[in-house]
Amino acid sequence: MMLIYVIGMLLVAAGAYMAGRQRSASFAVAGGGLARLHSLPSYHGFYVALAAVAPMLVWLIVWLFAAHRIVDAQAIAALPDNLTPVDPLTYGARMREIYQAASGSTQGLEPGVVAAGETLDLWRTVADWALLIVGFALAVLGFFWGARQLSPEFRARNGVERWVKVMLIACASVAVLTTVGIVFSVLFETLRFFSKVPWYEFLFGLQWSPQTAIRADQIGSSGAFGAVPLFAGTTLIMLIAMLVAGPVGLFAAIYMAEYASPKVRAVAKPVLEVLAGVPTVVFGFFAALTVAPFIRSTGESLGLNVASESALAAGLVMGVMIIPFVSSLSDDVINAVPQSLRDGSYGMGATKSETIKRVILPAALPGIVSAFMLAISRAVGETMIVVMAAGLAGNLTFNPLEAVTTVTVQIKTLLVGDQEFDSAKTLSAFALGFVLFFFTLVLNFIALRIVQRYREQYD
Amino acid sequence: MDVSAASVAKSAPGRAVAGQPGVSPDPKIIARDVNVYYGEKHALKNVTVDVPEKAVMAFIGPSGCGKSTFLRCINRMNDTVASARVTGLIQIDDQDIYDPSLDVVQLRARVGMVFQKPNPFPKSIYENVAYGPRIHGLARSKAELDEIVESSLKKASLWNEVKDRLGDTGTGLSGGQQQRLCIARAIAVSPEIILMDEPCSALDPIATARVEELIEEIRRNYTIVIVTHSMQQAARVSQRVAFFHLGVLVETGQTEKIFTSPEDKRTQDYITGRFG
Repeated sequence: MMLIYVIGMLLVAAGAYMAGRQRSASFAVAGGGLARLHSLPSYHGFYVALAAVAPMLVWLIVWLFAAHRIVDAQAIAALPDNLTPVDPLTYGARMREIYQAASGSTQGLEPGVVAAGETLDLWRTVADWALLIVGFALAVLGFFWGARQLSPEFRARNGVERWVKVMLIACASVAVLTTVGIVFSVLFETLRFFSKVPWYEFLFGLQWSPQTAIRADQIGSSGAFGAVPLFAGTTLIMLIAMLVAGPVGLFAAIYMAEYASPKVRAVAKPVLEVLAGVPTVVFGFFAALTVAPFIRSTGESLGLNVASESALAAGLVMGVMIIPFVSSLSDDVINAVPQSLRDGSYGMGATKSETIKRVILPAALPGIVSAFMLAISRAVGETMIVVMAAGLAGNLTFNPLEAVTTVTVQIKTLLVGDQEFDSAKTLSAFALGFVLFFFTLVLNFIALRIVQRYREQYD
Repeated sequence: MDVSAASVAKSAPGRAVAGQPGVSPDPKIIARDVNVYYGEKHALKNVTVDVPEKAVMAFIGPSGCGKSTFLRCINRMNDTVASARVTGLIQIDDQDIYDPSLDVVQLRARVGMVFQKPNPFPKSIYENVAYGPRIHGLARSKAELDEIVESSLKKASLWNEVKDRLGDTGTGLSGGQQQRLCIARAIAVSPEIILMDEPCSALDPIATARVEELIEEIRRNYTIVIVTHSMQQAARVSQRVAFFHLGVLVETGQTEKIFTSPEDKRTQDYITGRFG
């Protein structure tokens, strides 16, 4: 039924467009040429088509929200008193029975439920027809409302412009509202978590062992939600990654921007950026299967005790992964430094590296700092590499040769598998997610502010 | 055409034009058959010219005539343009500056440059002037550096305006002050030659007048080559003039002579405003 409706909507649009265009063209013929019209015939067509389709679309959205609720309510109302659900749990169970009855398999169901199933079926049909009839009636009304306004002086162009604006606003608000929605849902779950576990224990506790008892008689699973080991692990891996990506990315950017010949640059820059396109899973098994064993064997040959999943392996590979983030952004800001400053420095007899060190880098510093910030927020939020290479045990250590765990790894672990949704264990994932989100938000905010100030400097 | 202004230039060292156009005895810079190519484009054709010592020589000519290109050959700034190729001979004090054994960094310390658009570094006024002395190690102590900065700013007649705010950023000055700061920056490494590429084209008339006064003051100690669009400016500040047209050096001579009785028809057309 939905399909018919959507196809109908397209047909209505096409028909209304043709009709509007035709009508407008006839004005032109009668009035002596297109120049007499305020708007071109195609604008009249678009205007009428929009006038016809917009109400249909609004109705469809209203219907999608409301119809199944009304239908379900009718089915529940049709149930005999003894079967009427009293709480959400029985409501869900009863609805499933009714759906089953409506789909035709009535075996083992109570007659009251079967009757409700028939009611459901009936109301579904009513709802479908309501969609079609009301929808097309609205389309016809809209069409005549639009078509009646057409005249040679009618400002269809401006009308279409308004519609375009409305459409663009709608698209923009989808993105914005989604972000707001995510923030609030995570925030509310976090608050629920904090009602079970005090926030200071979460933020400052030193022990992470999120196993809670499912049964009352279970042993040894009291649950400890001190997230400091996770923050420490995340910070450790992030620092190792930035120690790799910071210098390498920055120096690569300097080479690309200042030393590379146009030919080399044309090849090397895209290749470097391909690195950003490698799926993180690929980096992950590279870290787990190649780098970690290599570090372990190297460490053992030096007489060091290295865990098979070490922070060092995960950090190194993550560092390689974020090199392009640092280098690409830094390259852009270095290129944005005006040529006149380079000329001024070379004209003073400075060498290339003196010019870079004393003039270009200081001038590009804000942009480079913000590139680092974005790389850090990327490193902190990265999951796949650390899942595969970092480990699960919440060790509170800053030794890069030991296994540590990160915020993202724990979120993934907490939510994988069968979980009770309102246990402290599951909810702690939201709290961790909120901390992560807050941290990257602050970093991005700082980065943006720095970039803004930087732009003002040269515009 | 304000020719009378050219008479200011009476103190110009009198130099006879020997043989070829542009050749004079005992010059600071000599150029012989200099050609410059930008990729396929032949931007400068067989330029032969001498630049006298401790005087101002102006390069004039319409846009795209090659005068800036030639200026940038003198301190090898064209090296920074990947597609540029220079042939011919340029000597400063009898030393070939395109000799492969020559250190271009030292050359540029001897040949300072002031650009069309004021381009102070985004640093403090002090650091801008101290930039050159620092990279060339000209000062052994902070006090010595302070002295270089002060004397350079004084020579660029900017000291009185900025002495109380040496820590402020150089980009915060007015356009004219910025350009004088750039001149101070160039002077700070004690160059022998200062190249100026249309130094006043981005300045208002008052700032222009101050820069021109400054050029008049410092020309006793430096060999100055200035590229300018403005014939009045060439007449006011220079002792010798070279006229470029379509990549060719058409005529050189004493300023007064070029502006009163040019030999070439093209020079005459240009200075009388027939084209350009």
